[in-house]
Amino acid sequence: MKLTTKLLAATAIVSATSAGAVDLEVMHWWTSGGEAAAVQEFATAVNENTEHNWIDGAIAGGGDVARPVMVSRIIGGDPPAAFQFNHGLQAQELIEAGLILDLTDVAEEQGWEDIVNPPSLLDACTYEGRVYCAPVNIHSWQWMWLSNAAFEEAGLEVPETWTEFVEDAPALREAGIVPLAMGGQAWQQNGSFGVMAVALAGLDNLLAVNRDKDASVVRGEAYGQVFQAYADAREMAEGLDVQDWNQATNAVITGEAAAQIMGDWAQGEFAVAGMTAGEDYSCLPGLGEIAILDTGGDAFYFPVTGDPEIEAAQKEMAALMLSPEVQVAFNSVKGSLPIRGDVDLTTVNDCTQKGLDLLANGDTMPSGNQLLSPDTTNQLNDLMTEFWNTPSMTAEDAQERYAQIIEQAS
Amino acid sequence: MADIGTLNTMKAAEDPVRGQLDGPRGARPKRNLSRRNIMLYGVLIVVAIYYLLPLYVMIVTSLKTMPEIRLGNVFSLPKDITFQPWVKAWAEACTGVNCDGLSRGFWNSVRILIPSVILSISIACVSGYALSKWKFKGSEVFFTLLLVGAFIPYQVMLYPVVIILRDVGTFLTDIWQGTCGFFTSAEGSCRGRVQLFGSLSGLVIVHSIFGMPILVLLFRNYFASIPEELFKAARVDGAGFWQILFRIMLPMSLPILVVAIILQVTGIWNDFLFGVVYTRAEQYPMTVQLNNIVNSVQGTKEYNVNMAATLLTGLVPLAIYFVSGKLFVRGIAAGAVKG
Amino acid sequence: MAIAESADTVAPERSAPQKRPLRLFRNLSSKIALIPMIATAVIVFMGGTIWTVVYSFTSSGLLPRLNWVGLDQYERLWGTTKWIISIQNLALYGICSLVLTLVIGFVLAAMLDRKIRFEDAFRTIFLYPFALSFIVTGLVWQWILNPDYGVQGVVRSLGWESFTFNPLNNPDIVMFGLLIAGLWQGTGLIMCIMLAGLRGIDDDIWKASRVDGIPVWKTYTRIIIPMMRPVFVTAIVLIASGIIKLYDLVVAQTSGGPGISSEVPAKYVMQSMFGGQNLGQGFAASTMMLLSVVIILVPWALLEFGGRKRG
Repeated sequence: MKLTTKLLAATAIVSATSAGAVDLEVMHWWTSGGEAAAVQEFATAVNENTEHNWIDGAIAGGGDVARPVMVSRIIGGDPPAAFQFNHGLQAQELIEAGLILDLTDVAEEQGWEDIVNPPSLLDACTYEGRVYCAPVNIHSWQWMWLSNAAFEEAGLEVPETWTEFVEDAPALREAGIVPLAMGGQAWQQNGSFGVMAVALAGLDNLLAVNRDKDASVVRGEAYGQVFQAYADAREMAEGLDVQDWNQATNAVITGEAAAQIMGDWAQGEFAVAGMTAGEDYSCLPGLGEIAILDTGGDAFYFPVTGDPEIEAAQKEMAALMLSPEVQVAFNSVKGSLPIRGDVDLTTVNDCTQKGLDLLANGDTMPSGNQLLSPDTTNQLNDLMTEFWNTPSMTAEDAQERYAQIIEQAS
Repeated sequence: MADIGTLNTMKAAEDPVRGQLDGPRGARPKRNLSRRNIMLYGVLIVVAIYYLLPLYVMIVTSLKTMPEIRLGNVFSLPKDITFQPWVKAWAEACTGVNCDGLSRGFWNSVRILIPSVILSISIACVSGYALSKWKFKGSEVFFTLLLVGAFIPYQVMLYPVVIILRDVGTFLTDIWQGTCGFFTSAEGSCRGRVQLFGSLSGLVIVHSIFGMPILVLLFRNYFASIPEELFKAARVDGAGFWQILFRIMLPMSLPILVVAIILQVTGIWNDFLFGVVYTRAEQYPMTVQLNNIVNSVQGTKEYNVNMAATLLTGLVPLAIYFVSGKLFVRGIAAGAVKG
Repeated sequence: MAIAESADTVAPERSAPQKRPLRLFRNLSSKIALIPMIATAVIVFMGGTIWTVVYSFTSSGLLPRLNWVGLDQYERLWGTTKWIISIQNLALYGICSLVLTLVIGFVLAAMLDRKIRFEDAFRTIFLYPFALSFIVTGLVWQWILNPDYGVQGVVRSLGWESFTFNPLNNPDIVMFGLLIAGLWQGTGLIMCIMLAGLRGIDDDIWKASRVDGIPVWKTYTRIIIPMMRPVFVTAIVLIASGIIKLYDLVVAQTSGGPGISSEVPAKYVMQSMFGGQNLGQGFAASTMMLLSVVIILVPWALLEFGGRKRG
């Protein structure tokens, strides 16, 4: 043991000094083709425009896998220079504990208040008047993707609203098409419910529940209809056993299924399959019932290191990520929308244009991550996946249990 | 000393039959093609098919193109064989901004594997030996505590271990700077610090810690089944703790060493969680890249590349299994195990 | 034949007469040799466990913090359907997995030990799945059990149209779908351990039982297995610890679905700690898991170690 200790001491001593250029280790969970290409835009920007080096710390598997790694590194006193979280309440505790770098001076210098659109994105980064994160993109959930071929085969017009879609469902069944594609994972099922809730019960009710935690609204009639609609949707999805969301999207691409409720990231799959928006597939923001998109997405946080040189480099990086060129380059590749209203994306198709128009009109709402704590989201995921997969569970049961979770949420 | 050395050979010489045996020693089947033998091989072959089926699926899939995978069933043979997935998995697949596939982490994995396996098995072997043959009051209490550790999900210990590594690192830094400052007067020559968290040595320690419960149990129970007479004879001859370990116990432990190596090589090589939490991006093992290739949440899944990557990652443990097979047999041939 | 009883009876310090003055220095080499193990057991496992238990009484979210909330986390835990289902699933999976792994592992080892040809090849075949990570095991079996492309699809295409084998999408039997994959991955190692144990059995015992005309199966059940007790203990601990920690396989193969029908406790812990950013809830769940382990392990340890001192 003594020898081991000595060896360790000899091998593990690292120099405390560092030179002018800083290695910036950046942790994120963007690893698939399009995502990785998008991160490359950031890395290139950092490597070319600054003297610093981007050290990539990619960890696939989403936030659940990557988050403990990031938090461990912070607790262990060896934090990465920057890390990605979804914007919202996920990092609030780290900010409260004083572990995240205050970017307020960068935000003021760069005028983030004026350029970030919608402003709620910057609010999500702001805690007690100070700015702690750099939002980089917008993703929204409120989309339904439809296969034009499937409806054609069933001899139907592509529906314009959810209500029309529900009416078409029996005819689709008769044509041997699964009306609604749904993956097996909890977040997909809870996410779809959220989309249906805002489309069918309206924005005011949704905000009353998600923001004000008003359980009586959940128990009310408007939400009751949503639960009923969701229960009916279970039958529409029968006959397709897929796990991942992109397998479900693939079923829509092949025409095996007619439609899927999924966020705008699904569009990447259609693009990869060589399909054209408007011709091969259609999209209905807000399920065609309501013109609104949420403004979820990703933000970068910069841990406190206590080293002024690293701190300066971190701030440089934050400013760079929001600069117009980088925003365009990144979001064009990622398939997400830019967080500033004053830039144009290089490639825009029908569906992206619909999204941009909604953003420009201010038809936006805060995302689930911004309103509900991760803990509550987790509970709702569990409930909705149980509901979705248990045919014997009635809409009323689910409604009551949903209300109880909202009651406990703070 | 000499006595102990000859003890083994003498024991072996007592039974001439044993020297000739070069393999298994269960009941000997009577005839080569008896009905019982046909049944035996029949069962073994059927079971082997169950074990080989997924491997077949993996290999076949890794040689198909993506369009073919989307169409056919998983068991069909590839129509046009392509090795592109293998090339991609090894050298081209992107994980984040680095597009050099698994090759990036391979040597990191080796650098993690070798010291971790050696350290963990050495500690466990010595501990198991002490626990079985040199018990003292309380040794079994500690052993029971250690056993409880085998049942704790690793993820629960994530943060406590981070904190322990951080604090031990700080503590060792203080000692280092203290002793260093004592011997050198030059200002600033003692600024180095001991970093356990986020370094290779920290990871090696973590692997040794979490491998310990099962390994110590393995060695303890193995040494416990070595006859006491042998041990006592050596004691009477005046051999001490280490002499008995190196002269008598270790030469007899080949089969269990093989099991321990299989266990550790596989566990450490396939470890993802510790590698990613307790090191930094430059030192990530291969499994981090494997995870990034296989486990991407968004975007299309390239199943053929996934399978090729998996098989590539599994090659090192598989190679160890092949080599260890020989050792398994040789351990018996040496007339070991029993007295 | 003396192997079984002599295995761990006589402690050396009692057998060899010694007249050392200080108890602390008696058996000193052994004590020094055990320092790393003791440090691990006390600092990491005991310390970590106490730390976990302490924080299970707090409302820690993303970071461990000492905001006491008493038993709130436990109340919520036991009021959660998912946790109850997780425990039931683990019990079902655990019993099946423990019994089947032991039986299959031992039978395979016994077969390989019968001087067969190609022992090397068979051993490697049974062992190789252990080289593959659970992530991949889950993925491959997810495919093979896929109703359209896997076993069911193939059998149907052969003409048996009504054949149904779709465990991963049937909440009632999904745990068996996991079991098939788990056994495939884990039995090889247990077989190796059993084989190492069988190789430790004296050939004289086989000779003696043959002379006495005892049937082979009886020799195994009456003589060999009792002699291999330490080996079985090792195997059981290894299997049981794997069962308790069952997580990666579930995530890769079913992600707990359909719905929550294949959830397991370790996944509940992980999901609470890192998905829900509610460390307190995760710690409460893992405390319950640890408690059940201690309830099983400590009586066993007392029996194993305590009984001998009196004897």
